[in-house]
Amino acid sequence: MKIAVASGKGGTGKTTVAVNLAARAGLRGESAIYVDCDVEEPNGHLFLKPEIEEIRRVEIPVPVIEDEKCNSCGECGKICHFNAIAMILDKVLLFPELCHGCGGCFHACPTGAITESPRDVGKIESGKAYIDAPDGRKVVEFIHGVLNLNEAMPVPVIRDIRKMIPEKKWVVIDAPPGNACSMVETVRGSDYALLVTEQTPFGLNDLELACRTVKELDVPVGVVINRSGTGYTGVSEFCAREGIEILAAIPESMEVARIYSRGDIIVNESGQFASVIDGLLKKLEERTGSAR
Amino acid sequence: MKELVIISGKGGTGKTSVAASFAGLAGRVVIADCDVDAANMHLVMAPVTRETTRFSGGKIALISPEICAGCGKCLDLCRYDAITEENGSYAIDKIACEGCGVCAYFCPAKAIEMVDDENGEWYISDTPYGPMVHARLGAGGENSGKLVTLVRNQARQIAKKNKTETILVDGSPGIGCPVIASITGADAVLVVTEPSMSGLHDLKRVVSIGRHFGARVLVAINKYDINLDMTDEILGFIKDEELELAGRVHYDIDVTLAQIAGKSVVEFSDGQAASDIREMWTNIALALELEE
Repeated sequence: MKIAVASGKGGTGKTTVAVNLAARAGLRGESAIYVDCDVEEPNGHLFLKPEIEEIRRVEIPVPVIEDEKCNSCGECGKICHFNAIAMILDKVLLFPELCHGCGGCFHACPTGAITESPRDVGKIESGKAYIDAPDGRKVVEFIHGVLNLNEAMPVPVIRDIRKMIPEKKWVVIDAPPGNACSMVETVRGSDYALLVTEQTPFGLNDLELACRTVKELDVPVGVVINRSGTGYTGVSEFCAREGIEILAAIPESMEVARIYSRGDIIVNESGQFASVIDGLLKKLEERTGSAR
Repeated sequence: MKELVIISGKGGTGKTSVAASFAGLAGRVVIADCDVDAANMHLVMAPVTRETTRFSGGKIALISPEICAGCGKCLDLCRYDAITEENGSYAIDKIACEGCGVCAYFCPAKAIEMVDDENGEWYISDTPYGPMVHARLGAGGENSGKLVTLVRNQARQIAKKNKTETILVDGSPGIGCPVIASITGADAVLVVTEPSMSGLHDLKRVVSIGRHFGARVLVAINKYDINLDMTDEILGFIKDEELELAGRVHYDIDVTLAQIAGKSVVEFSDGQAASDIREMWTNIALALELEE
């Protein structure tokens, strides 16, 4: 089953929850894969420390113009909605970094002067993470995407990742923060969306936005409260009002913060944290089983 | 007029808490909340909204079923899997539609038109510290980069009109189009980071973006006492890269409590974090030659 871990906003503990869910499932000997779709700032690899076995380029097709065939009719500039093509006097100017690769100019050119050539926008790395269990090493499969620096469009990378995800019992997808195109591209098509939040007004605000987005995608949703115990009740009131289940609460803990800051897997070191994740895995199994 | 943009590489590092405190310390200031995906500034700035304007991030395709001849050309041409077909009738998946207009251009029956995709609002508000421009992007909203640019331009216009010396921009997380839109042309970028593996990783990525766009880069280390080894590593990075350290902020529960109280840290507390942030502002004002 595909579980997208999202948050509406970064820094709520999304990666912590996603990494440890996949790691714990792997430790129990179940087939698990961790997929990092936060291609602007992927962080899961810092904790899982995977051995990368394969690297694929992500490319989008951009136009190439053959000057001899171009009759300067301007049709390509007219069809381009992204200002990637401009006509200056009778010369066609290309801005490849603005091109979304829709192919409009290629199809519209009446003289066949436009061909398409791939432009590199990022990469997808995949491999295996090994997690030490008392009875030996356990494997968690790993995929993440990395957007090239100074590139503006993460969606093509996410789209390619989604096509690569194999069937596993536990597919845990770390979604990008926010509620815009890249988060949507990640969450749609998942069996379940797990929203990670904090018990603060910032957390509530971001949770409300994320819930609204996920509802439009028609994906069942549950909440994990991270760093609970602030005394702020707004988040639980909101969930009760909206009929959204709170599947787990992770207490604020300096121990967890320290393990995290070192880049270690928390379920391996904190028994209390591991039991929260176990409870979460069990509930996810039940909820997605009944949702089908 | 000086424009300071506060960014973080990833969310949750305390960017908004720092920005809100600066607004209180800066005297006359115009504030822009460019985290349009999940804006939080308004939760601690007590804004009174004066103007609300609808935002359209781009176009999306719309098929008129009564004109559609059912030829399926749009389905063949669409590279974003945004056309759906059921029993010979075609429709647009609004979430997948990239707005490229290829389907509309090539539809032989002229059954497709490109319509404004209204998916957000932006506001001009009054706060106790000065005018604030902020926005809300609709669920799954497209083109946040464009909305960020709009918010920043409005803030600049207001600053120009009021002859305000300082513009404070709460930037967007990540390294994609909204961040690039947040920082292009700014006088200085303050990167708020925290001492963790992922904090350092994100800092490195975002610094290279800041550099690429020619901004002066300052760094703030939040919660620096959570992991002193990592703080040292970040300080080493700052030195190696010849960045400027703006200051260090202690881990302090008052930061969370201030949020719950709906106030900025310096307004809420005289504690350690508050005094660290005050000191940091003095450093920044000096570095940017702002009048205090």
